[in-house]
Parts: sequence; structure tokens; C-alpha cells
Amino acid sequence: MFRHDSFKHKKLEPEQARVKRNVPTVPEKLYTKCDGCRKMILNSDLKGNLSVCPVCGKHFRISARDRIALVADRGSFTEWDAELTTIDVLEFPGYKEKLESSQLNSGEKEAAITGQARIYSMPCAICAMEPSFMMGSMGAVVGEKVSRLFERATEARLPVVIFTVSGGARMHEGIISLMQMAKTSGAVKRHSDAGLLYIAVLTDPTTGGVTASFAMEADIILAEPDALIGFAGPRVIEQTIRQKLSPGFQHAEFLLEKGFIDMIVPRGELKKTIGQILALHGGSV
Amino acid sequence: MKAWERVQLARAKGRPTARAYIDSLIDGFLELHGDRRFADDKAVIGGIGRFSGMPVTVIALEKGTDTKDKVMRNFGSAHPEGYRKALRLMKQAEKFGRPVICLVDTSGAYCGIGAEERGQGQAIAQNLMEMMGLKTPIISVIIGEGGSGGALALAVADEVWMLENAIYSVISPEGCASILWKDASKNEEAAEKLKLTAQDLLQLEVIEKIIKEHADFRDTLAELKGELIKTIHRLKSINPEELPELRYKRFRKYGAGLGGM
Repeated sequence: MFRHDSFKHKKLEPEQARVKRNVPTVPEKLYTKCDGCRKMILNSDLKGNLSVCPVCGKHFRISARDRIALVADRGSFTEWDAELTTIDVLEFPGYKEKLESSQLNSGEKEAAITGQARIYSMPCAICAMEPSFMMGSMGAVVGEKVSRLFERATEARLPVVIFTVSGGARMHEGIISLMQMAKTSGAVKRHSDAGLLYIAVLTDPTTGGVTASFAMEADIILAEPDALIGFAGPRVIEQTIRQKLSPGFQHAEFLLEKGFIDMIVPRGELKKTIGQILALHGGSV
Repeated sequence: MKAWERVQLARAKGRPTARAYIDSLIDGFLELHGDRRFADDKAVIGGIGRFSGMPVTVIALEKGTDTKDKVMRNFGSAHPEGYRKALRLMKQAEKFGRPVICLVDTSGAYCGIGAEERGQGQAIAQNLMEMMGLKTPIISVIIGEGGSGGALALAVADEVWMLENAIYSVISPEGCASILWKDASKNEEAAEKLKLTAQDLLQLEVIEKIIKEHADFRDTLAELKGELIKTIHRLKSINPEELPELRYKRFRKYGAGLGGM
């Protein structure tokens, strides 16, 4: 199976759907059309280039496991709390089915993976969110895993590295999902007060309740090029202000200019950059 | 009463807004302005005064009363500078050992260009994190609408209460119906399922107390005042150094009972 037929995880825009219909001769499993330059890219080329378009540099969304593999030393990752699953407390209509299809689709139990790893031999607590699981939305499990990650890291005096990708709070869990914002923020605060380092890497998209909690609470905030990062989604803003937004609005470069992230790091340089930061904070080898 | 009816009551025209509570509960209220970084957000009223003889800091989301006032208050939807003003005043309260009373009434943090440019998400996140560590008592009362992160940014408190007909939710019923079911007519069902009423949230242990709404608003105020006096005295008897630990425990419990444990 190719892991980068990312079409499958996304709703087709009318434009994409049209183009897709017009190219029935291209075997879709072999190629992926780049959202950035609209070129058809051979999946093997894409995968060989860390899922970054070799033509235009567009960073495709990648799975949480691929994220961790990208930065962790080979074989160094030990997963924590892998068994945690959601209890549908509110018995929200359609939620059980949605969870099942997301589990099937992503191969994961929930929208965040946490654990311990080494980066250039330096130990850290690590979390990656999963875009193909309800777009990384934060419900009780994501909140719990992130909180436990910080709590364990505080106890073991480890730095934390988190890769965010999230549409925000998971509304199927109602107020309990909102409470996760406070809960995770409290866990970050205690880790921070213990004098420990937290690095967040914001990837496309990072919005809503995750932006308004642990994503923006890091000591050092990195972002991938062109990642959409914001509180409100662009569609909500357009509906509120009744005007079109300019193209770069809420993208990583915009946030850098406005002073809300420390640096933009292309995927190929992430491991090196994170390693440098860890080392500067006394990462023991 | 149906959840949707509560939603209507929480938003009803003529429902007392934060200013009415401040005027009645606080003696000699001095409004303090500005976030010292960008501007003074009029959707957030902050200041100091005496409550039952004791100096307190009050921070409130104000929707406005008449049309002109509503426009000036941006209908109670704060920008980042509003949340930063709130945090500044909370830190000030901590410095001088004053309890903080937050009054929440907002459909949500404002969604607009300026709000994003100035870091709406970062401002809310900062409040959540700093409120978790604040070494002075905080009580938040949701008096009308408690709209998502924009409400939570003033509700990371030692106790959170709601007026009988207030609502508190991660998303508006309308937003939920249109996003999840692509059907805006399902508002009533969404309101029901989101469990956003004071009665539901008391059961879910998201709030500690419901303040009854009496036919005469003065009676409601009297009840609120009585409860505030009791609780502030209780919280003031706790060593301020221990408050963050208790506050963390309060929020730590949400969603801790999961499958696979």
C-alpha cells in the first residue's frame, strides 16, 4: 500500500473532483496530484522526498507514525498509553460510527500518538497527531495522552516535542473536549515551571482548540512551510466578516511575520533543527 | 425545559449583562483599561472595587445593552487584547492578594482578521496556562452565554458556576448542526445533544453550582452575592500556594475515565 494517496483522506474540492474525472487514464494509486502545483507526482518520488512535492516544495500531510519515524532515532520510540480509547459520554449521534471508521481509515486507536524516543541519542517525550483520525481533533483521549505525556516528562525531567495537526476541539464530546484545553494547559504549565523544554512543531493544519491551548504554549514554536495555523478556520472568518481573505493569511509565513512562531523549518531539516535545540538545552547524549 | 429554550433565554434581549452585576455587587468599582500592548478591548470590562467590604478584581465579558453599546462592545466577542487585559489584571490581583471574580457572557472569541493577526489562539492559550498557576482565588460565573475557548479563557477557575438559564458549550448549536449535519434546522437537536445547560453541566461535574434566576433580578443578585461571600471566604482560607494544585486537579479529572485503562 502506498501511504501517500492523500486524496483518500481529504474531501475532494469541486476543482479537484473535476480534474480527477478528467484524468481517468492515470492510475490513481501510482500518482498523487499536488495541491500546490497541480502536477501529478509519482507516489514513489513523493515518498522518497519525505512527502514533500519535488516540483513545488508543498508539504503533504503525513501520518503520526511517519512523523515520529522522521525525527526519532531508528527503533528508539516506545509508545505510551496506546490502548486509550474514547467513551462516548454524551452518546452523541453518529460518533461511535465515526470513531470506528476513523480507526479503520487511520489504523490508529485515536488522534494522537505519544511516547518516548531519542533524537540524535537525546531522550525526549514525543507526541504526533494523526490527520486521518477526525483531522486530529482533540477529545478526551487526545487531551489525556498529551497531559500524561507532560506529567511523565516532568517526572523524568525530559523535554517534550509535539507535532500538532488538528481541526480543533472534537465537538462530538461537547464540553469535555473544551475542558481538555484547560487540562493540557495545566500539564504544560507544570512541565514549564519545572524548568523543562517544550518544542512544538505546527503542521498543516493547526487550528481551534489546539492552537488555543498546548500548540501555542511551547518555549520554541516551529512550523512547516505554508502550514495553515490559526484560531478560527478561514471559512468561519470569511462568513463572519463577509469578505475574502488574502491568500497567505494564517499560513506559517504570515505567523512568522506577525511574531507568533520562532521559525519555519522544511521537513527535511526538522530532525537537525530539533536536535540542535535539544542540545542547546543540555540534551544528554 | 428543553435545551433550545435555555439557549433562547441565555441570549434573550434584555437579559442583564455583566455591567448590571458589577454595578450591584461591587462598591466603588474602578474600571482599569488596556492590555499595555496594543489597545483597550471594550468587550472585556476589568477593574477593582469592594465586594462585601473586601477588595476584589472583577473581569467580565460584556455584550452591551443598547445598539450603540453593543457595537462598542463588539457584542461581547473579545479580541486578543481583551484576553491580555484580563490576564494583566489577574496577575495584578495575584500580586496584591485579591480574589478574582470573572463574569462570562460571550458567544465566543471574535473571528476576524485583526484577531488572527494579533494571535487570538496564543492569547487564549496564555490565559489558560497562566490561570492554572495563579496564586489567588478565581471564581467564574457564566451569566449568559459561555461560548467555547473565548469563555474558557476566563473560566479556568477554582469554582465555575452558571446562572440557571445560562449555557456553556464547545460550539454553538447552530455551528454544530451546520458542520456535523450540514443542516442548520437541526439546532434544537444539537442543543440537546451538546449538553450545554447548567443542569446538564452540573451533572457532568463541569460546574459546582447553579444560581437560581428569580423573577426579580435583585433576588438573583442576592443569591449570587450570598454564594460568592461563602465561597470566597472558603478559598481565602486556603494557602494561595496550594491553589494551583487544587485547580489543576479540578480540571485534570475531565476525561480521565477512558476505555482501555
